[in-house]
Amino acid sequence: MVLPKIPIGDTVAWLVDVADKYFGWFFDFITDVINFLVGNFTDLLIGMPPVLFIAIIALIAWRLAGIKVAIGSALGLLLIWNMEMWKPAMETISLVVIATIISLIISIPLGIMTARSDMVHRVVMPVLDFMQTMPPFVYLVPAVILFAIGSVPGLIATVVFAMPPAIRLTGLGIRQVPKDLVEAAEAFGATEGQKLLKVQLPLAMPTIMAGVNQCILLALSMVVIAAMVGVGGLGGMVLRGIQRLDVGMGFEAGLSIVIIAIILDRFTQKIGGKRKTTT
Amino acid sequence: MSKLVVKDLVKIFGKDPKKALDLTKQGLSKNEIFEKTSQTVGVLNANFEVEAGEIFVIMGLSGSGKSTLLRLINRLIEPTSGKVYIDGEDVTAADREKLREIRRRKLGMVFQRFALFPHRSVLDNAAFGLEIQGVEEKERHESAYKALELVGLKGWEHSDVSQLSGGMQQRVGLARALASDPDILLMDEAFSALDPLIRKDMQDELLDIQSKMNKTIIFVTHDLDEALRIGDRIALMKDGEVVQIGNPEQILTNPANDYVERFVEDVDMSKVLTAEGIMKNPDVVVTTKDGPRYALRLMREKGLSSIFVTSRDRKLKGIVTADCCVDAVVNGYNDINRLIVPDVPKVSPDTHLQDIIPLLADSKYPVAVVNEEDKLLGVIVRGALLAGMIKKGGDEDGAA
Repeated sequence: MVLPKIPIGDTVAWLVDVADKYFGWFFDFITDVINFLVGNFTDLLIGMPPVLFIAIIALIAWRLAGIKVAIGSALGLLLIWNMEMWKPAMETISLVVIATIISLIISIPLGIMTARSDMVHRVVMPVLDFMQTMPPFVYLVPAVILFAIGSVPGLIATVVFAMPPAIRLTGLGIRQVPKDLVEAAEAFGATEGQKLLKVQLPLAMPTIMAGVNQCILLALSMVVIAAMVGVGGLGGMVLRGIQRLDVGMGFEAGLSIVIIAIILDRFTQKIGGKRKTTT
Repeated sequence: MSKLVVKDLVKIFGKDPKKALDLTKQGLSKNEIFEKTSQTVGVLNANFEVEAGEIFVIMGLSGSGKSTLLRLINRLIEPTSGKVYIDGEDVTAADREKLREIRRRKLGMVFQRFALFPHRSVLDNAAFGLEIQGVEEKERHESAYKALELVGLKGWEHSDVSQLSGGMQQRVGLARALASDPDILLMDEAFSALDPLIRKDMQDELLDIQSKMNKTIIFVTHDLDEALRIGDRIALMKDGEVVQIGNPEQILTNPANDYVERFVEDVDMSKVLTAEGIMKNPDVVVTTKDGPRYALRLMREKGLSSIFVTSRDRKLKGIVTADCCVDAVVNGYNDINRLIVPDVPKVSPDTHLQDIIPLLADSKYPVAVVNEEDKLLGVIVRGALLAGMIKKGGDEDGAA
């Protein structure tokens, strides 16, 4: 006996069609907002003289993580400039930063909710498993249908890809706050909000920062895949290197991504690490 | 009106507390209820009243429900049934807003594992309760400074809590509870995590603070010595039920049942019983107007080798021995005043037995129990002391 095929694929395709047809205005709106944000931020970064940008990053690195990281960051960025990867690098940083911010805006409140309600936890966790194991190419296609070719579908895919660890680690961090500390806050008459702001979030901060760190690195790891739907930047350069079999250009673009990844990683690790020593 | 009233308080942990509640009313035990419903009885029909200024100790072994009972009072754990009144106000009926208000204004809590906030300085830990209440920074820091000074942590305000030793951390815990000036302190095994010497210091400190602040303290402990040391009254718990409530001497000398008796049988009685509890009435004394001949006769009658001498208003003058009296009678002296040995061991009524033993060992005379005006209240002889140690309370036997 042959079982009829369950039309999962057809259903999804139909859903995407319907969404595009009836909620197109909504996706257009999102596209406009994201394009506005990314466009302006990218223009700002590109318009800024490289020396100024490098100085600002080195200064932040120095304040945040010490002189070694500051020197390393400056040298890395100078190398990117020297390799003539500056403009695509700025495009990539802009996209990664905005994708990370959007991811965190969604995932930190969601993480808090999973920690506070077992019900939400039970619903959200399988969704996260799904998001993390589904190959990103798969949701790149519907994203293109809904948002058209360009930075927006790439950014949406990046957000989807980068969110899960931030949600998980935020939830974990809050659940790991010792029960007696939460009880103490309650015993002194703290409201739910005070409990969260004065006890749970500060104590969960190292774990939440680990989530932020993961979020940034995953966003960065998406740049090449996102380049397939028309996002420019370093990912685009890598892709062009592959298509033209230009080993040199591919390597230079790849190296630039690595440098940016290391700088961002050191930054966020230090923020998390600093909290750890005081807690 | 009592400060705190706990009435028929029940806590059942489980999915269908109503069913278990019905079973408890049929008189089933904790174990039987667990077998039938897989629900745990945390606290069963607790009833007590605590007066303002009292230190009320809830004592029991682990699993006896003592910490649960404490948390039912401020509803960190919601009671299944029963009532809690603070100053006549029904805590169990309060809505969330009202409950928060009661917790903020009337209740301070100290935890076994300190439960300090590691991301805050000592000062900000102590000020936490006031911060929650929305008190201005300057004002709350002022109160926190005072509370920290009270617990002996002046100068440590800006340290990290992780830099402090266990004993000091718990002082911060105590300061945090005191800073918002609550009427009632709930202390959950507050000193159990400290090593014995520090624990004793903290108990002294608490008694000291109590004498200044006069709070109402509900103190949970599993340590009987601690309970006896600091408790004005003690409630003994077993399997979620309060089996006896009484002052330390009542619990020790008159245990309500086998369980309490077993619990208290290893107690060092010398640390608990006081002079007042074991002394004999000073009915056999002579006054300064009596002569040596009368004293001698009295001693012979009672089988004593010495006898206390008081003035006519019963102030202690000293002691005369039989030997001296015989001497005096033989030599024809009649004034007893010249025979008195004024230097006799004296103690106040609340002196513990452990402090009386060395006095008795060093002296050939009995120990006199006197009040502040030196009036003779009682006499402790060796026999009475031994009787006290074997828990007879020193009522009957034991004359010298």
